[in-house]
Amino acid sequence: MDDDLIIGGEKFASRLIMGTGGAPSLEVLDAALAASGTELTTVAMRRLDPSARGSVLDVLRRRGIRVLPNTAGCFTAQEAVLTARLAREALETDWVKLEVISDERTLLPDPIETFDAAERLVADGFTVLPYIGDDPALARRLEQAGCAAVMPLGAPIGSGLGIRNPHNIELIVEAAGVPVILDAGIGTASDAALAMELGCDAVLLATAVTRAQRPDLMAQAMRSAVAAGRAARLAGRIPRRRYAEASSPMTP
Amino acid sequence: MPQRFDLLVVGGGVIGLSVAWRAARGGLRAAVMDPAPASGASHAAAGMLAPVSEVTYTEEPLLRLGLASLDRWPSFAAELAADAGCEVGDLDYRDGGTLDVAFGADDMAALEEIAAFATGLGLPARRLTGRECRRLEPMLAPSVRGGMLAERDAWVDPRKVTAALLTALERRGVTLLRTRAAALETSAGRVTGVRPAAGGTVGADRVVLATGAWSGGPGGAGAPAAIEGLPPGILPPVRPVKGQIMRLRSPEPILGRCVRGTVHGSHVYLVPRADGELVVGATQEEMGFDTRVTAGGLWELLRDARELLPGVTELELSDAVAGLRPGTPDNLPVIGPAGPPGLWLATGHHRNGVLLAPLTADLCAGDGDPGLLKICSPLRFQEHR
Repeated sequence: MDDDLIIGGEKFASRLIMGTGGAPSLEVLDAALAASGTELTTVAMRRLDPSARGSVLDVLRRRGIRVLPNTAGCFTAQEAVLTARLAREALETDWVKLEVISDERTLLPDPIETFDAAERLVADGFTVLPYIGDDPALARRLEQAGCAAVMPLGAPIGSGLGIRNPHNIELIVEAAGVPVILDAGIGTASDAALAMELGCDAVLLATAVTRAQRPDLMAQAMRSAVAAGRAARLAGRIPRRRYAEASSPMTP
Repeated sequence: MPQRFDLLVVGGGVIGLSVAWRAARGGLRAAVMDPAPASGASHAAAGMLAPVSEVTYTEEPLLRLGLASLDRWPSFAAELAADAGCEVGDLDYRDGGTLDVAFGADDMAALEEIAAFATGLGLPARRLTGRECRRLEPMLAPSVRGGMLAERDAWVDPRKVTAALLTALERRGVTLLRTRAAALETSAGRVTGVRPAAGGTVGADRVVLATGAWSGGPGGAGAPAAIEGLPPGILPPVRPVKGQIMRLRSPEPILGRCVRGTVHGSHVYLVPRADGELVVGATQEEMGFDTRVTAGGLWELLRDARELLPGVTELELSDAVAGLRPGTPDNLPVIGPAGPPGLWLATGHHRNGVLLAPLTADLCAGDGDPGLLKICSPLRFQEHR
């Protein structure tokens, strides 16, 4: 079955997008990325020299994984726009995962700064994938502003709390005309499967894999979970019933 | 007249100096080539000898190396002090353990998990309540939730260690060539010496490359000229991992042992010296050959240090530097024969150069568990090129 994820006109066979933060070593990261089957992976541009040899970017290049630079660590729209421009220059990609956080404690995205930066980056020709709260109204507005996808959180970054408001994720999915990528909060495989069952087009995760006791095995689990959740969504789940319904005839 | 040595070590950091010193003690004619010895990562390093408190998932081989080298440190320090004509205390070698503390509830949960992992591996790690932590270290903030005491961990002042090594080398008659190595000299596939940047030849039966972050060959912005004369694929995939670190000063020590802390998921360590110096480190940045000290780097260190140790902001700021750790893809060092006869590598020690110096020196001298040498083999990177 041909079921590609399409973002900004580009096709991806894998619906699992990986992050790179938190891995104990590049070798462990490399093995996890391989096991995940990912074709698109985010890299924080802050405190990274893209021209340095042997960095995480080399790992991605060797694996043929497309780099999605992100603006993690930015607090203002202006910082995010500058970071995106530096990334475009250094990596020759106009794709950016836009991340503007409101405070260091929660790392929750700042909706106003994010929207402001998104408008400016879209006008500047970027393919913008913004990280946002699970807010259907903001998701719609960002789509209208020309973003190529929206990336609502399941729970705060690195928290592993899963999807705290599945209802809002469903509302975002219902209204969206661009891919919805569940970003942040995934703790284990069932969270990733649930995101896909809710109708998300893809899942982005990092910590759940990189800080697991066996990152490569968890990456494999996430790959299976995303595929299973996607298949379940396409297959169509049965309605929930209050009482039993026999699956085989009870009476002759 | 051309010079000739049994062993020529290129790179005069704590690794290179230790390798040369160990060789000289074994009766070899040794030399070290470095335009500015003991000025790189060894100068920046805090000197924690803390394999237990640094233990993480997926890194059991590194733990094995760290424990093996920690065991060697007492005799290494005693012999070095004797050779350099000083006391062990002059190296600031101390073994009071590392206290790993947690600040928030999430930090505590993470510490509980790593303590369980450490205990499961049979490591000496004792869980402490917040109040027990503060009985050990009364200057810690009352908000410290709890901790883990890694009792076997120790620490040392790397600047004093490299100074003692240089003295010991001089007293042992080891030649220090203050020049940059430009190229390896080879003959019939065998490495026979080094050509210094200034010209001429320094011959050696064995050359050991201990060039730290500069061991990985060419590439990257600001990268220095690589050593020439090697067949491709011999140099290991070592990259510079920038670490910013600062030194504070108080009239009296305000900690009795090393403290590592996690503050809202971010890591910081504090290393006390007998003279009142307090080392606060360290960032980890993939910035290529960049040794700029930045406002943000120091701010993050101080922000977290102050949460753990409120008194820290009253201290004098005496030094702030950035060093380049030699990082490898698997975080393990690269020690052993590199392929061409006559060439050894002793590099890639990443965060653990000071800890692993005694073990590295022993392994290069042919002394030590072959199993450990196998873990460090340079060939592990050459195979899948």
